[in-house]
Amino acid sequence: MEWTSYLAPLSQGAWVTVQLTVYSTILGALCAFLFGLGKLSHNPLVKGISVAYIEIFRGTSLLVQLFWIYFALPIMGQAIGLDLRFPPVVAGVVALALNIGAYGAEVVRGAVQAVPKEQYEAATALNFTGRKRLWRITLPQAIPEMMPTFGNLAVQNLKDTALVSLISLGDMAFRAEQIRNFTQDSVTVYTLVLFMYFGMALVLTACMKLLERYVGRWRAAGR
Amino acid sequence: MNDATDNRDPIIRFDKVVKRFGDHVVLDELDFEVQRGEKVTIIGPSGSGKSTVLRILMTLEEINGGVVYVGGEPLWHQRKGESLEPAGEQHLRQMRSHLGMVFQQFNLFPHMTVLRNLTEAPVQVLGVSKAEAKQRGMELLEMVGLTDQASKYPHQLSGGQQQRVGIARALAMRPKIMLFDEPTSALDPELVGEVLNVIRTLADEHDLTMLLVTHEMHFARQVSDRICFFDKGRIKEQGKPEEIFTAPKEERTKAFLKAVLDPDD
Ligand SMILES: Nc1ncnc2c1ncn2[C@@H]1O[C@H](COP(=O)(O)OP(=O)(O)O)[C@@H](O)[C@H]1O
Ligand SMILES: [Mg+2]
Repeated sequence: MEWTSYLAPLSQGAWVTVQLTVYSTILGALCAFLFGLGKLSHNPLVKGISVAYIEIFRGTSLLVQLFWIYFALPIMGQAIGLDLRFPPVVAGVVALALNIGAYGAEVVRGAVQAVPKEQYEAATALNFTGRKRLWRITLPQAIPEMMPTFGNLAVQNLKDTALVSLISLGDMAFRAEQIRNFTQDSVTVYTLVLFMYFGMALVLTACMKLLERYVGRWRAAGR
Repeated sequence: MNDATDNRDPIIRFDKVVKRFGDHVVLDELDFEVQRGEKVTIIGPSGSGKSTVLRILMTLEEINGGVVYVGGEPLWHQRKGESLEPAGEQHLRQMRSHLGMVFQQFNLFPHMTVLRNLTEAPVQVLGVSKAEAKQRGMELLEMVGLTDQASKYPHQLSGGQQQRVGIARALAMRPKIMLFDEPTSALDPELVGEVLNVIRTLADEHDLTMLLVTHEMHFARQVSDRICFFDKGRIKEQGKPEEIFTAPKEERTKAFLKAVLDPDD
């Protein structure tokens, strides 16, 4: 078989990989903000939940998290009369998002804490409410600081999507495995896939750089 | 300048205020009054508690004892029947609206243009319309001589320009009391004058109460109704500028003034 004939199934898989990456990165960013800010909350319950989430999802492997959500959760749900069976796509996106969100939460927390306390004081002196201080003063300064690490995490996330092939999701890694089983042509298949992942990572990095420049555009003014 | 000390109407009153950082007592039962419209300058050695007094008034620093009154209302407490209990956030927000502060390091919002620095709080906090806030912002920029810098970001401005924006930003909230914490200490000497000129204009406003911490003694003498010399968290000596600068009574005051006025001796 010609190697070009691999391209159609691989592109199908690539599209699934792209979708998994985009959805889980966006959902992961939401988790990162939610729990990163939650860890800074003065409410002990909110803080406790956030710390527990961050520690559990950083302290266990993505593979186990994925299997737990896809295989264990439905059985546990059954026991308490809930239908927690998710389609593989949902389980995959959720597992990836929760995993990357836990790392992102620490980045959010760090960047928010790194905003000088003088900014907080200036906002207080101008009588901002706590919420407006966060949204209008702290976060706009903290987000540009998060972006370089968020870029790395997004690429990390892209690479991690390969794991979801293990719950039979038809992503790029899954298609590659199918073709290899059929043709035994490991070298060609995996070389192709290697370059395709690399290409995607380049595009993703470029997108994150653009986003970084956008959220930090005030820094570059007049320079 | 005005002489408000005759008809006493203290807009600020510290009543036996205690402030500690850990074991370190910074203010030890401080009694201190500022009359409505009065321009008071606090001078004194570093670490004597000058900034702490301003920061307590701006609600950036809690007190450990005594009561602070602003406009007759307790600042850090709220009345409950006869007694006072610690103030909640709502009370603090209400009280803060009377005060504005200018910081030594300017503390402008770096992610906002100059004009946005002046309009953000009026719009977000006071609920003023954007158009109205912009118009008022431009008036304030005109007052501090920076209309041509409206769309620049703070990092594109000199220190002196940034501090003038800092003053305009505080004024945009229409405070009754302006607090200045060493507004020119972070500036290169050639930029000090432009900032002092702006403060001088404000000092001519009869209704505005001003509390200024500075090491610019000649300026303090020109604009102040009263000078307070702070030492170790207490007012060691206070009086009219002529008295303090020409005939200080306390040895500590003499030594301090000698050190700042003739630093080369
Ligand atoms: N956040 C703080 N923690 C501990 N000590 C502080 C803090 N802020 C001020 N101090 C101490 O309080 C004293 C008075 O400080 P400050 O009011 O800043 O003095 P000044 O403005 O007159 O130089 C100093 O001894 C200073 O070290
Ligand atoms: Mg000070």
